Amino acid sequence: MSKYTEDDLREELKTKEYEYGFYTDIQSDTFPNGLNEDIVRAISKKKEEPQWMTDWRLEAFRGWKEMTEPEWANVNYKKPDFQAISYYSAPNSKPKYDSIDEVDPELLATFEKLGISLDEQKKLAGVAMDVVVDSVSVATTFKKTLAEKGIIFMSISEAIKEYPELVKKYIGTVVPQKDNFYAALNSAVFSDGSFCYIPKGVRCPMELSTYFRINQAGTGQFERTLVIADEGSYVSYLEGCTAPSRDENQLHAAVVELIALDDAEIKYSTVQNWYPGNAEGKGGVYNFVTKRGLCETNAKISWTQVETGSAVTWKYPSCVLKGDNSVGEFYSIAVTNNYQQADTGTKMIHLGNNTKSTIISKGISAGKSQNSYRGLVQISSRADNARNFSQCDSLLMGNECGAHTFPYIEVKNKSAQIEHEATTSKIGEDQIFYCNQRGISTEKAIALIVNGFSKEVLNKLPMEFAVEAQKLLEISLEGSVG
Amino acid sequence: MDLKDKLVSSFMAFENMVDIDTPIHDVRSEAIKTFEEKGFPSKRDEAWKYTSLNSILREDYSVFPKKENSIEFRDIKKYFIHDIDSYKIVFIDGKYSSHLSQTTHDGIDVCLMSAALSKPKYRILIENYFNKAATKDSLSSLNTAFSQEGAYIHIPKNKVVEKPIQILHFSTGNESALLLQPRNLIVVDENSHVQIIERHQSLTDNPVLTNSVTEIFTNKRAIVDYYKIQNDKQSASLIDNTFVKQKRESHASVHTFSFGGQLTRNNLNFYQEGERIDSTLKGVTIIGDKQHVDHNTLVHHIEPNCESHQDYKGIFGDKSTGVFNGKVLVNKKAQKTNAFQANNNILLSDKASINTKPQLEIFADDVKCSHGCTIGQLDESAMFYMRSRGIPEKEAKALLMFAFSNNVLDSVKIPEIKQRITKIIANKLGVNLGFDL
Repeated sequence: MSKYTEDDLREELKTKEYEYGFYTDIQSDTFPNGLNEDIVRAISKKKEEPQWMTDWRLEAFRGWKEMTEPEWANVNYKKPDFQAISYYSAPNSKPKYDSIDEVDPELLATFEKLGISLDEQKKLAGVAMDVVVDSVSVATTFKKTLAEKGIIFMSISEAIKEYPELVKKYIGTVVPQKDNFYAALNSAVFSDGSFCYIPKGVRCPMELSTYFRINQAGTGQFERTLVIADEGSYVSYLEGCTAPSRDENQLHAAVVELIALDDAEIKYSTVQNWYPGNAEGKGGVYNFVTKRGLCETNAKISWTQVETGSAVTWKYPSCVLKGDNSVGEFYSIAVTNNYQQADTGTKMIHLGNNTKSTIISKGISAGKSQNSYRGLVQISSRADNARNFSQCDSLLMGNECGAHTFPYIEVKNKSAQIEHEATTSKIGEDQIFYCNQRGISTEKAIALIVNGFSKEVLNKLPMEFAVEAQKLLEISLEGSVG
Repeated sequence: MDLKDKLVSSFMAFENMVDIDTPIHDVRSEAIKTFEEKGFPSKRDEAWKYTSLNSILREDYSVFPKKENSIEFRDIKKYFIHDIDSYKIVFIDGKYSSHLSQTTHDGIDVCLMSAALSKPKYRILIENYFNKAATKDSLSSLNTAFSQEGAYIHIPKNKVVEKPIQILHFSTGNESALLLQPRNLIVVDENSHVQIIERHQSLTDNPVLTNSVTEIFTNKRAIVDYYKIQNDKQSASLIDNTFVKQKRESHASVHTFSFGGQLTRNNLNFYQEGERIDSTLKGVTIIGDKQHVDHNTLVHHIEPNCESHQDYKGIFGDKSTGVFNGKVLVNKKAQKTNAFQANNNILLSDKASINTKPQLEIFADDVKCSHGCTIGQLDESAMFYMRSRGIPEKEAKALLMFAFSNNVLDSVKIPEIKQRITKIIANKLGVNLGFDL
């Protein structure tokens, strides 16, 4: 990745429209709209899944039918019509490729526009990419290097075929099929996603990364990710999202399950930049995601997220600290502009002794957007010496946006130590004045201050992502200074 | 028949009892309809997520106490802050007790709600203020429907009330279970100043449920200090709904001291309807056994340049549970708001639990809002320090807990109340310390 200079930024700031909003015309294999048991069966069949998986999906679907959409979140939107969505679409040019040359050139051009040259990524970044275009993975790189270490990194549909025992053992253990409305929907119709298994004592030598894209008009995307870190292993997993510009609302209901066995560590980073809708609040992606991790003894799970996109975000990456001495972390930056709405936060469930959790959440709202932090820290009566530190800071830009904090703290053990603090403020005029005085334009000054505000979280991102995230923050807030 | 049906059907009887021509007849009928629709809150309501009324609603409460009752002053003397000269409004089983009370119409009105509702000279005030601050939630509506008795306090312009006003509610246990619904209205006009102390006290072990509504209006530059002392018997439960509407440059503070009762729920709401208003909400909660105390606060910043301060301390032992749900709402217009909220808790037992939700909803950008919340234990090194200097464990603990709650006590403006509270705390902690060393 070449060095990002100020001139590049200036250039970028000029283009107000969502820069990744384009649409690649790939012949797609799309199911008719609507959802019923037959569709669920058909998806399962299409993916050549074993019977137990089909039954598992059907069970989830039956549960989903009984459920109602959650309404407690601090967001307002037109509810999607679940019968008007096509639940499966996959690029047609199937079989797997061994080399990049075989990949559909149009698809490659899409990646080019996104700035992900597979070759360049391979060489420069040292990142193995499992590129997902419309739910089916079409190219997997670095697989060989990983295979040598015994690491399994593949699409979940492949994993169901190749490692059915592993999948069967762990899928749905952290996020049960009927966990919530969207998780149940995902369990019934998930089309694809990533599967990752790190064997005992292995330290994954590179950052694992997936790019998700919503490509086909009118198709929802239902990703399912399962990451298992066996005893004593370590993995850092990156997930980045960009989506084409569309007018109708697109639904994204993903489920991510992390399992960190004894002494294992998982670091899961997300940069989410789905299409947020235009300046009038038209269009944009609905992002309803269930992410949860389970920590066994001495294990650690760390969530880092940079949320800049989506019209509506509903997302609570959580940690269940089941084992003694386990650690959960949550670092988040959520930026909302124009008419975006975000209701995001985390849940830290302390079950084991000496468990620790840290929550750092930075919310930045601009334009007419609403940004909410909603979190839960729960200490069960058996969790001795649990420790939590939470900090939620909000930055408001302009007087038409809102920032909200809904922290729930439930403690049933006397040895717990909980600290929670939250502040809300705006960018100080003196700070801007100081910058202006030294020849830094107001817009630049704001970018500078916002970056400083979010530094604590940006620092937690892997290097390549930190640069991209910083850039994203600036683009997302562009035009909000008045 | 469950309590809700009983209440709805006894409303008819109540209507016949009271004067139908009063201006609030329509308000009452409207309110009972609201209650009938909503019913008692359940755990499904977000605001009642951590507090269940089920166990206390099971009692067969009598809604109108039939028997007249009188008690001797010496029996209840200890519940008064008797070492200060004060006005007193005393109710026994919901009925006004004239021989225990000391009211006045001399320049200020310190009298009864029933009088204010029926006499024509109060009509304008009642029309302007009655039920104008209370929300339309089910419990407040229930109180509105049955509102008849309580304290009525009106302080006209430019008056500093020399002595505090004590409002005391006693229940004698003449009924096997009693539901009380006192309704207080306090109107403080421009530049006036008043201090009020409120206490609910049960004298028996028969169950008592009090669903009280207090509306307080502070006009321009008025100052109101309100103290709630809640140290009731284990058989008594209290749902206190207090609504404070403030006009510009007024100061209002409410201190809530919760040490007793089976279930105590404090709904405390402040509405700032002018500029440069100051609101203070403070509380100390020290409970044990199976007690439950729930503080639900709202500060609504509507106009610019206002301040609010919230500070709630809680110490929870045995199997007690504490809830704090504080909400600060800042309107778009309310620029330059300073809002602070702190909630500190100490858990003394593994069976005790605390649920807290300090919530901020902010729509204005030029504001300073912060909240802090902690849950922890007594500092072991401080304990060790004191014990190494010969202070017994119990006393050392008590000293630490007292120091913990001292922030709140510091802002109490009546020294006698401060003394009374420290005594109650010492009692509660089982030590014989003055704390005024």
